[in-house]
Amino acid sequence: MAVEATGPEVGFPVDPLHQFVVVPLLDINVGSLDLSFTNSALWMAITVLFISGFMLLAMRGRALVPGRLQSCAELLYETIANMVRDNVGQGGRAYFPFIFSLFLFLLFGNVFGLIPSSFTFTSHIVVTFALAIAIFIAVTVIGIAKHGVRFFTLFFPHGAPLWTAVILVPIELISYLSRPISLSMRLFANMMAGHIMMKVFAGFVLLMGLVGVVPLAALVGITILELLVAVLQAYIFTILACVYLHDALHLH
Amino acid sequence: MELEAAKMIGAGLATLGMIGAGVGVGNVWSNYFTAIARNPAAKEEIGANIWIGFAVTEAIAIYSLVVALLVLFG
Repeated sequence: MAVEATGPEVGFPVDPLHQFVVVPLLDINVGSLDLSFTNSALWMAITVLFISGFMLLAMRGRALVPGRLQSCAELLYETIANMVRDNVGQGGRAYFPFIFSLFLFLLFGNVFGLIPSSFTFTSHIVVTFALAIAIFIAVTVIGIAKHGVRFFTLFFPHGAPLWTAVILVPIELISYLSRPISLSMRLFANMMAGHIMMKVFAGFVLLMGLVGVVPLAALVGITILELLVAVLQAYIFTILACVYLHDALHLH
Repeated sequence: MELEAAKMIGAGLATLGMIGAGVGVGNVWSNYFTAIARNPAAKEEIGANIWIGFAVTEAIAIYSLVVALLVLFG
């Protein structure tokens, strides 16, 4: 619907939704299963290769006094190590590699999405929901494996009068089950809305001719804001994964 | 075409739910800055918790976005 309203046929020079089109680059069909290598997969591969390459290159020297690159890598490590220590607490150390990989994947995925004519894979609900549901299932399994039936006391706040269970348990249950939805929708909606806004402003620049300098100036500001949002949303996604993990490990 | 129009109006109305989330997020940050202004030493103590509060409040806005998208495309 939005494509009809803002497409080039109405006179608007840019199609803001064109950037989200998934294009198969290499057709791979196994039976009726479409396993094509798409531009989304390409940018995921680039992100993973970049992170691996950056980390290996930065930590190659293993210097006691870090150089520039090693400082960058250590800064990222310290940030996430502190996050896990503060938010997961005891026993969180075992999950650090996963949390660290998750953060770097989302961070560089979001930031690479800001490169002109690149593809932002985090602006697709299927990618973020797959990550969120994987975290949700893993956290639930960890919680049940660690605490057994006692895990379900998570749905009843400690110390509340027993009769309030009628109200509290359904509310807690719904809020627990809506976690993967809110977690994935937050990242997806933020990335998608930001990128559409940038393209719409770019359309204004083209439409307005010489006066287009005004929206161009706004566009510079929006791009900086988007960089902030890209880093922030990766951080929030990771910190919420830590909080969910804490709930499962320590039950409030 | 009338159904189409009704869907658009419905989706627009659903986004009104974001008013509450806007007030809520404003509350989160105003209290954060009040706390820091009164006791600057608390900044380290609050730390990343502010982001958890912000994200959980913002989730309410996301629910109304989900409803709006469901009305539009569901």
